Amino acid sequence: MAASPHTVSSRLLTGWVGGCVWYLERRALQESPHTFMHLFRSVSKQWITFQHLTFLRRMYVTQLNRSLNQQVKRKPEPVASPFLEKTPLGQAKAEICEMRPLPPPSLPLPRKPNEKELLELESASIIDSSLDAEKETKEEKHWKEMKLHLDDLPGVLARLSKIKLTALVVSTTSAGFALAPGPFDWPCFLLTSLGTGLASCAANSINQFFEVPFDSNMNRTKNRPLVRGQISPLLAVTFATCCAVPGVALLTWGVNPLTGALGVFNIFLYTCCYTPLKRISIANTWVGAVVGAVPPVMGWTAATGSLDAGAFLLGGILYSWQFPHFNALSWGLREDYSRGGYCMMSVTHPALCRRVALRHCLALIGLSAAAPALHVTTWTFPVISLPINLYISYLGFRFYRDADRKSSRKLFFCSLWHLPLLLLLMLTCKRPPGASGAGGEPRS
Amino acid sequence: MAALRPARSALLSPLCRAFAGPSYQLSPERAAERRDAASGRVSGFCPPRKSCHDWIGPPDKHSNLRPIHFYVPENESPLEQKLRKLRQETQEWNQQFWANQNLTFRKEKEEFIHSRLKAKGLELRAGSGQKATLDAEEMADFYKEFLSKNFLKHMYYNRDWYKRNFAITFFMGKVALERVWNKLRPKPKTTST
Repeated sequence: MAASPHTVSSRLLTGWVGGCVWYLERRALQESPHTFMHLFRSVSKQWITFQHLTFLRRMYVTQLNRSLNQQVKRKPEPVASPFLEKTPLGQAKAEICEMRPLPPPSLPLPRKPNEKELLELESASIIDSSLDAEKETKEEKHWKEMKLHLDDLPGVLARLSKIKLTALVVSTTSAGFALAPGPFDWPCFLLTSLGTGLASCAANSINQFFEVPFDSNMNRTKNRPLVRGQISPLLAVTFATCCAVPGVALLTWGVNPLTGALGVFNIFLYTCCYTPLKRISIANTWVGAVVGAVPPVMGWTAATGSLDAGAFLLGGILYSWQFPHFNALSWGLREDYSRGGYCMMSVTHPALCRRVALRHCLALIGLSAAAPALHVTTWTFPVISLPINLYISYLGFRFYRDADRKSSRKLFFCSLWHLPLLLLLMLTCKRPPGASGAGGEPRS
Repeated sequence: MAALRPARSALLSPLCRAFAGPSYQLSPERAAERRDAASGRVSGFCPPRKSCHDWIGPPDKHSNLRPIHFYVPENESPLEQKLRKLRQETQEWNQQFWANQNLTFRKEKEEFIHSRLKAKGLELRAGSGQKATLDAEEMADFYKEFLSKNFLKHMYYNRDWYKRNFAITFFMGKVALERVWNKLRPKPKTTST
């Protein structure tokens, strides 16, 4: 018998997800360093990111090799750069200081100056003012008119909605959809992806709208559109609404009400719970982990229409993954968090931070073993995923014991490839239709 | 612009002192630095005459916030004026908070490093002339302490920031609607002279 269309679609999806990740990684490696600066977004808890984290890995490596200050690497950009150029101003200042010994012409002089002195003073004041003017022209070049050009709008909106992060969220939703039992419905799949993508854009935009002054003060987030004044807060909120309403409507009426409800719930959780909670309590990490776990659940409910054990398993895997990933990342950002007023475990409860990371690494092994028991995958899956799960647990243990930068980096980088690989393995080991309770049977 | 600067500094320096707290004395240089930082000098920038938009500048070196030079239209309505005043005031308030926050952080960090190095018996500058620093794990104590010390301050700031942000956006919406309405409504008949 020919392979069922569902299996073919699953395989295509596996290939697509894998290819996507591979492609994104390739692009990451080829991009020039200064682009990383723009792409190196918030280090605060987000929905899971793959390529984002690949960029982060590159940034992290260069950043961690510097001092604690985490100064942004000066990039050779044209003068229209938003960065304050400290060196030229410093030089100009030094020159001005050298000119100071000559009295400025505005002060009343003790005696009437003769012509020569007047000329000297005038030339001094001219040089003074020309240096001042030079400094001011340099500063003035950094001033930008807050006028929205329609050409820039797509780029600005893409950055506002964290489009790359959104793409990765949509890919986890797709994984959830593909892993769900039942025939693979392409129209439903596309509607789910689009609806989830729009919901994610809306949530990310609102998040940036709330966090403008905090983003300004952290290196990774200081080039966001609202921080740079490229878009007004009103427009950002309008855009978010224009994404949220059609997105949720698409999910509710195009897919099913359960998925729509989950979409609304996740937007609310991310914008109204996680974002303010980041500055109030370390509980934000757990809330953020739930935010990351919901998209694959949405994919599953879109395919099946119900919240089965399989949905919770997938959500659980993503939930657990967030901890080693984020806790390891946050270990190197304690200075920024402390100064910016963010309540993160790495700052306030460092031992808990490492303990939780290790705990959840081990939980991943358990959840992988539960997958065949809940009829999501075959028994092959826990076996072939054991090496990578053991490896991340080992790194989690090293992080727990050593508590240093090196071990946190290793754990973080491992989490970047661990999740895509785990999901891929799940897709390849997906339980075939009609083989319930007898996992491992060869497909007919 | 230059004339405005001393006035603004004079207005904001008592606020600066209030923010500074009773725990340490401000040296004259520090006080001047804080005054300058908090006033958020817009550096004498003047937008081109024909521009009728706001202009946004480079990040301030103390607060990391970008100052905005607000455009005042000739026929500014009361609502537009209210919005502009609110934005201006929020900008100054934000500038003051973050400049103070960052300066305090830097100062306390240096003091912490100094005291730890002293306790270790090391000089601030090693034999080679390089500045001695503490590693991340030693700094972690400082970060934790700084965060918890400033927790309440951040709570008040967060609450006020959310309120202001919502208010500004709300008024922006109202102003936008007002402008649309002014464009759409029938123009009043001009009386012939």
